[in-house]
Amino acid sequence: MSTLLKVVDLKKYFPVRGGMFHRVVAHVKAVDGVSFELKKGRTLGLVGESGCGKSTLGRAVLRLHEPTSGQIILNGDDLMTLDRQALTAHRRQMQIIFQDPYASLSPRRTIAQTIQEPLDVHKIGTPREREKKVEELLDVVGLRKQVLSRYPHEFSGGQRQRIGIARSLALNPNFIVADEPVSALDVSVQSQVLNLIARLQREHGISFLFISHDLAVIQHVSDDVGVMYLGRLVELASADDLYRQPRHPYTKALMSAIPVPDPNKKSKRIILSGDVPSPMNPPPGCPFHTRCPDAMPRCKEALPPRINVGSEDRPHFVDCHLFAEESAT
Amino acid sequence: MSSGHTAPLLSVRNLVVEFSTRYGPVRAVDDISFDVYPNETVGIVGESGCGKTVTGLTLLRLIPMPPGRIVQGSIEFDGRDLTKLSEKDLQEMRGSDISMIFQEPMTALNPVFSVGNQMIDVLRRHKNLTRGQARELAINMLDTVGIPAPRKRIDEYPHQMSGGMRQRVMIAMALSCGPKLLIADEPTTALDVTTQAQVMEQIVKLQDEFHMSMILVTHDLGVVAESCDRAIVMYCGNIIETAAIDDLFHKPQHPYTRGLLDSIPRIREERITELPIIRGMVPDLLHLPDGCRFADRCPRATAECRQDKPVVKIDPVTGNGVACYHPMG
Repeated sequence: MSTLLKVVDLKKYFPVRGGMFHRVVAHVKAVDGVSFELKKGRTLGLVGESGCGKSTLGRAVLRLHEPTSGQIILNGDDLMTLDRQALTAHRRQMQIIFQDPYASLSPRRTIAQTIQEPLDVHKIGTPREREKKVEELLDVVGLRKQVLSRYPHEFSGGQRQRIGIARSLALNPNFIVADEPVSALDVSVQSQVLNLIARLQREHGISFLFISHDLAVIQHVSDDVGVMYLGRLVELASADDLYRQPRHPYTKALMSAIPVPDPNKKSKRIILSGDVPSPMNPPPGCPFHTRCPDAMPRCKEALPPRINVGSEDRPHFVDCHLFAEESAT
Repeated sequence: MSSGHTAPLLSVRNLVVEFSTRYGPVRAVDDISFDVYPNETVGIVGESGCGKTVTGLTLLRLIPMPPGRIVQGSIEFDGRDLTKLSEKDLQEMRGSDISMIFQEPMTALNPVFSVGNQMIDVLRRHKNLTRGQARELAINMLDTVGIPAPRKRIDEYPHQMSGGMRQRVMIAMALSCGPKLLIADEPTTALDVTTQAQVMEQIVKLQDEFHMSMILVTHDLGVVAESCDRAIVMYCGNIIETAAIDDLFHKPQHPYTRGLLDSIPRIREERITELPIIRGMVPDLLHLPDGCRFADRCPRATAECRQDKPVVKIDPVTGNGVACYHPMG
């Protein structure tokens, strides 16, 4: 399977201004050196808690946030080197689905106008063809043709998310960033939308970067999973391996913290102490050492290396000193 | 716990809460009855708009009136009907006998006063204490809820604290006067899972220490399974099922409860391709069907269901009850 997207050492620092003359006094290191690959037709799930940088990463990959440094290679082209015009042309193959279906649709546009907009922007087809395409898209996401002339306020959250998905499919993209697409929805509707996304992926071969804070949702949609903490990927593996045997202490704590909907299975909690440190002033060494139950003296000093605890053809990467120890001895 | 030997602490009977909108009156809570016994934790679960939050707020008459209105019913607490209490008497009760914690601690705390000032206000409002005594008590409470360096943090403002900290402050404030009943409305929904685990653990521990009853309003069945003795499932303003927690999760009677349990994304041993769903969507509260409000989405619905609305029948032995003509059995 060939690689669609390769991200190398991507960084996104937001300047913090203050003091006299509004100078840059510090940086929020929202994404701090992230590398991963996404294969064609596969889904990479990105999971982490609020403020870990997962949404910023999703946007930086599309250059919706201009990255500070790094490489984003989509289909062989480095997006970072493209000028505005070339980037717009590339935007046709990459789309985004947003979290909030209430904020991401213009209240003044009909559903037809909203879904058709990407086709208008990229001047695809005749007006008649565009209309036909919009109808097809509605059918794909399971909405009736009658909704075309209606406005977003007339729809429920789940239906709005379907409209957002239809819009993202308009240009036949081969890569979609889905940023918490079901977090704002109730569970009964959430599963409908997740099934829709899974079906689209199967039928259209679209690659997804799927961002969520919900480990269960991530497991359901992903082939591979990356766990983020304080702007870095701390673990990256196939979904099967990661869920069967999480290796990083943070991933383990995250998994154990999920409430299980079964009163007989009171899970053994790893309760982390303290809070996530500020990304403006991350701790030296491993970003997780301040809360890690297994922290060693070395963790305070050096950034942990990325170690493959899996095999060559089935890698399982962990950024943790615990495993450096293991592989050294 | 719901044995007939002890008298309930809280007894709600035939409560109807209506809001007037420009499209006509909406019954957010429609004829619900339930009891809460001493030391018991009762979960109220359901999806957005089912009336769970309005139920919690109405108990302390915290809904805005108008447009809200308690149309009928009684809320008996410790032998007094809260619906008939004067505003002044009710104020005495709020925060001392019955306390509430809210979903969003940032909006529930006053940003212009230090945490200490707000806590001292509550204590002195209900107890005959000097400022110094109240301050000591407040520091003690902050320590109890697990805030490190409480003597220093008491003089901080809400914005200086993280979400988890703020929620702990809310809990400390709510418990400072030793209430008999705590109403917790989505207390951990705004928090990350690892923080949620910390805070829920704290709440359950304190509930035990303070011998309180608790009503936990939440959409998260996982949280309910882990911390409640009994749960009430609401749908479109009605209670459709109430049961002891083990029964509810292992032998749900109502098809909606079943569907809700099935559609929660959970971490599974083996991944599945299709998540179970509840088809359709929640009906509009302005245009409710005559019969069972779930009938249109229900796989077991018959003509009978569409004619007459089923009511909850409580089994005197188990205390469980379901509003359904064709329960799952």
